[in-house]
Amino acid sequence: MSLSRRDFIKWASASAALASLGGCATPRGGKTAGRVVVIGGGYSGATAAKYLRLWSPDIDVSLVERNPVFVSCPLSNLVIGGSKSIADLTRGYDTLSDKYGVKRVQGEAVAVDPAKRTVRLADGGILSYDRLIVAPGIDFMFEAVPSLNDAEAQDRILHAWKAGPQTTALRRQLEAMPDGGIYALHIPKVPYRCPPGPYERACQVAHYFKTAKPRSKVLILDANEDVQSKKELFMKAWSDRYKGIVEYRPHSELADVDVKNRIAKLTFEDVKADVLNVVPPQRAGKIADLAGLVTANQRWCEVDFLSFESKAQPNIHVLGDAILAAPAMPKSGHMANQHAKVCAAAVAALLHGQPVFDQPVVTNTCYSFIDDRETVHVASVHRYDPEQKALVTVPGSGGLSGAASEMEGQYAFAWAKNIWSDMLG
Amino acid sequence: MGTSKWLARWMALSALLAMPLWGHAQDVQGRNLAASCAACHGTDGNSAGGMPPLAGQNKGLIVRAMREFRSGSRPATVMHQLAKGYTDAQIETIAGYFAAQGKPSDGGPPYSTY
Repeated sequence: MSLSRRDFIKWASASAALASLGGCATPRGGKTAGRVVVIGGGYSGATAAKYLRLWSPDIDVSLVERNPVFVSCPLSNLVIGGSKSIADLTRGYDTLSDKYGVKRVQGEAVAVDPAKRTVRLADGGILSYDRLIVAPGIDFMFEAVPSLNDAEAQDRILHAWKAGPQTTALRRQLEAMPDGGIYALHIPKVPYRCPPGPYERACQVAHYFKTAKPRSKVLILDANEDVQSKKELFMKAWSDRYKGIVEYRPHSELADVDVKNRIAKLTFEDVKADVLNVVPPQRAGKIADLAGLVTANQRWCEVDFLSFESKAQPNIHVLGDAILAAPAMPKSGHMANQHAKVCAAAVAALLHGQPVFDQPVVTNTCYSFIDDRETVHVASVHRYDPEQKALVTVPGSGGLSGAASEMEGQYAFAWAKNIWSDMLG
Repeated sequence: MGTSKWLARWMALSALLAMPLWGHAQDVQGRNLAASCAACHGTDGNSAGGMPPLAGQNKGLIVRAMREFRSGSRPATVMHQLAKGYTDAQIETIAGYFAAQGKPSDGGPPYSTY
């Protein structure tokens, strides 16, 4: 019996990894297996950057993100409800660079040259890549709501669908609203980021009204024909604990808004609100379009689900909310985390000339807060189906909560703590 | 014999260190499948708190827990729904991967009390 070449390689790579634990990145002067640039430091991009370095310390990874810190969209409805602050949802990127050797580039990617394999930044900087991971999240299609296609209007009629200043601004509008007022929330047609999010938001605002402004109303103007996620659980909350506060109106397609008078102009009626919150239709973040990755309905990016490589551009992978997901795969932070790991494994394999793992399994677990403590969940498991070339729901898997509970509320906070740790260090 | 003793130590070290890293197909399969659990249970099963840690847990206990979640004999909020998404072979592979990781962190309650 002799030491095989494979064992020697394993030993050698383990030694290289140990060397990196001290905080140094790619072995200095050593040969890298390749350069990867990740655009976007959200649930998918940050996870991909971390896992690439975790699994393959010989890959050089740069993470381009315009924001100095990460602010989570999941849990941000609690800021609107008043039980959490933005600081509670904010985490730094330091561990990604200090512990995992991810090169942080704070800036904005403004162009991609797929032929030269370069990314250009707003400050003129150029990053070269062997493989590019584009994780841009969503942009809003303000042109679909003509009067909102204006920066000043967007400061008055808020979306609060990206956590940050808009979130706290919406909270301030609600605090300033007199008791007896109407908060109206418009939901776009699917697909949009976080299918249960608007209904959770309605619960959060109703919870605030119930305790602080009991004569006020929550009016849900849904462009869809029905509640898009956890329907029975949300309907039960609205009819029981928020009886007389929440009103749900399906088939409420928005044509435009009157910004000054806070009027939602629906197809057949005008609805005046004291606080009008419009979640506009969405598409993949702009850099995906600039890189030639948008292939579906001029909105989303189609990918190969074994690697998340773009169907339009070789060597470029797309993750998270920006992709055209397989049916039943929601645009969620948890899903984005799962995309990132399938992609990181595939990119590491491709850069090492190894076969890509062909039986990936991904999960989704999504909690929604009914008030400040109780949650409901939806969960699912998806495996790669070689015939459909898609991640399909495993028959019999997944499901919903039986009822809202505080125990699940505690798990929801633990979920956040763990997934933030899984993505950021 | 001196050489084989050295070889055995070398290989043991190699197997120990290489498990979570770039290794052969079985390691990679376990690593990739187990990564789906990490969103809630922490990277490589090292819980950041509030969720049961899986790193370093006994393989047989993880397999048994998953089977009980699947059959409904073990109470759960979510795991009975997720456990049904994995085959027996996948559960074995995942449990083996977590068992080979470092000892459980102090981030959450012991698995057996979940």
